[in-house]
Amino acid sequence: MITSRATWRNQPAIAGVARLFRDKPLIPLLILLAALVAAFAIVRPGADFPGFIAAQIRTAIPLAILAGCQTLVMLTGGIDLSVAATGSMAGFVAASLYTGPNSLLLAIGVALGFAALIGAINGLGVGVFRVHPLIMTLGLGLVILGAANAYQLQVVRTRSGVPPELRWLGSATEATFFPDSLLVFVPVAIFIIVMLRGTGFGRLLYAVGDNPIAARLSGVKSWHVLLVLYVISALLAALAGFLVSGLTNVASVTLVNPRLLPSVAAAVIGGTSIFGGRGGFAGTIVGALILTVADSLLSTLGYPEAARQVLFGSIIVAVAAFYARLTTES
Amino acid sequence: MTAASPPTATVRPGPISSIRAALGRDAWVAGLAVLVVLLLVFTRSINPNYGASGIQSLAVNVLPLAFAALAQTTVVIAGGIDLSIASMMALTNMVAATLMLGRTDDIGVAVVVGVLVLGVVIGAVNGFLIVWTRVADIIVTLAMSFVWAGFALWIAQAPVRSPHEWLSGLVNGPVLTEFLPKAFVVLAVAVTVIWIPLRLSRLGLAIYAVGSNPLAAFRSGVSVGRTKVLAYALAGLFAAIGGLALSAITGQGNPLPGGFTLASVAAVVLGGVSLAGGRGGAVGPILAVMVLSLIQTDMTFLGLNSNLATVTQGVILIAVVVLGSLTQRRRASA
Repeated sequence: MITSRATWRNQPAIAGVARLFRDKPLIPLLILLAALVAAFAIVRPGADFPGFIAAQIRTAIPLAILAGCQTLVMLTGGIDLSVAATGSMAGFVAASLYTGPNSLLLAIGVALGFAALIGAINGLGVGVFRVHPLIMTLGLGLVILGAANAYQLQVVRTRSGVPPELRWLGSATEATFFPDSLLVFVPVAIFIIVMLRGTGFGRLLYAVGDNPIAARLSGVKSWHVLLVLYVISALLAALAGFLVSGLTNVASVTLVNPRLLPSVAAAVIGGTSIFGGRGGFAGTIVGALILTVADSLLSTLGYPEAARQVLFGSIIVAVAAFYARLTTES
Repeated sequence: MTAASPPTATVRPGPISSIRAALGRDAWVAGLAVLVVLLLVFTRSINPNYGASGIQSLAVNVLPLAFAALAQTTVVIAGGIDLSIASMMALTNMVAATLMLGRTDDIGVAVVVGVLVLGVVIGAVNGFLIVWTRVADIIVTLAMSFVWAGFALWIAQAPVRSPHEWLSGLVNGPVLTEFLPKAFVVLAVAVTVIWIPLRLSRLGLAIYAVGSNPLAAFRSGVSVGRTKVLAYALAGLFAAIGGLALSAITGQGNPLPGGFTLASVAAVVLGGVSLAGGRGGAVGPILAVMVLSLIQTDMTFLGLNSNLATVTQGVILIAVVVLGSLTQRRRASA
């Protein structure tokens, strides 16, 4: 296998392309995304194209935010399986406390407060008590789900509708092509990208994930980093939960669950390594878009749910394998 | 999987230092066994009617998750993790239910054998993809969980009713005495026939070696890739048995995967298997599954909100790992 790869590599044109892809991993992803969008334009020639794009972006945004949580956490070598429970909880709490426009800030504030608490517990567990992130976030996810379920039984007799403001934010579109959820997403994306590229905290995330021992020996208090990281992750998950409940006009304690595993997949497709220290949010956004467009393309083509799932999984393996090939040889 | 904190040794915080040396690595399993007995006694004390039928339903309830936990145990010991177990169970469960539908018992037996082979094959596909693509285990099996669940959904969109007396007779009801449910016997037979020979074999040793230190295993002449593929194939086998157990218990094939994957990770960790690989056994996770099931039963008997059972499960999971890491750290600094 090694020799065949070496000959494959020796052809100058292919080697050049491979180098380009390795140095700029966003390029192949954008090509894949463009191909998927083009495929849609071909199979549905007369369709409402701006409307299609807006719908894709609207659906992809909550996924991209959740995948942002995974990206940040994966940079430190972790994974956050509690984002679905946190997001659902936040959407549900906000809906249950909402009684009118005046109570919106309170409802959202309380939901964000709970999310921050969840993040702090995750951060303490992973950072101070050294619990494996998979176990910590899985366990806390169960706790949140159970608690939220109990709370749901309490409030089910009263009313719990999704606040109209969140419905507008999650599902409305201006001028047929500008989804209002971009008003949330653009600041979030700028925040994450600037944080990762331009701040000391961002560098610490990469440092802790790339080589925890070296980071510790350089004087990094890794538990401080992890505590802040998991709080940020939980707050982002809560934002995603608001948007999902606005998008679907549903508030339930399991609402975000179907987006949990795709959020990990989007981060991986975007080139973030689960072993830590490598990746970024720009790729993750493209990853979320690829998964969303691929899913709606397959349903447009009339594939049943079963075939979509099979292809969905195959795409993840193929893209991840492609990355592994690119990055392990240099 | 890096930086895992395995819950080894004892949980008791007080006399750790004295007990620590005396108890070997089986202390965790022994503690779990004691916990199961205590929980059974406690259950009996809060509900005097809890007896043979209670144990019977406990055995039937834990059977699918116990096999899921065995599957997870095998790959976690080999240093991996399998997030596609629930999907493999759904697929094998669907295949079994569909192929047996309206057939005679002879064909049914052939189908069982075929489904077990199918389990080995799909498990091996997982392992092969991990070794060949060099992508992290968690990612490949996450992606394959969609693929296997998709195939299950392809067979039929809705649950298929396919009850078979002989199959459900294998797990329902007691053997010899009314306190020995058949489901426990099935579990014991599976462990005896598959797990114990495995542990004694070269392959078993190789799985532990690859899990604890792949480089050292490679330099000692172990084929790391082949061992990993075989470990995943065994996980597929256990998942297929779990899928058949679902068929036997529910009398139907359900294309939607249950929550077995994450529950199996929890059971494995509670059962004393290190997520870092190379440490643990089959008995701990099975006992852990029983503990979790008994806690749920007790909460129902106590009239507590059933959601508290979910909360408790999460708290126990975290608490066990925290205590495990605290005792480890104290040992490291001692």
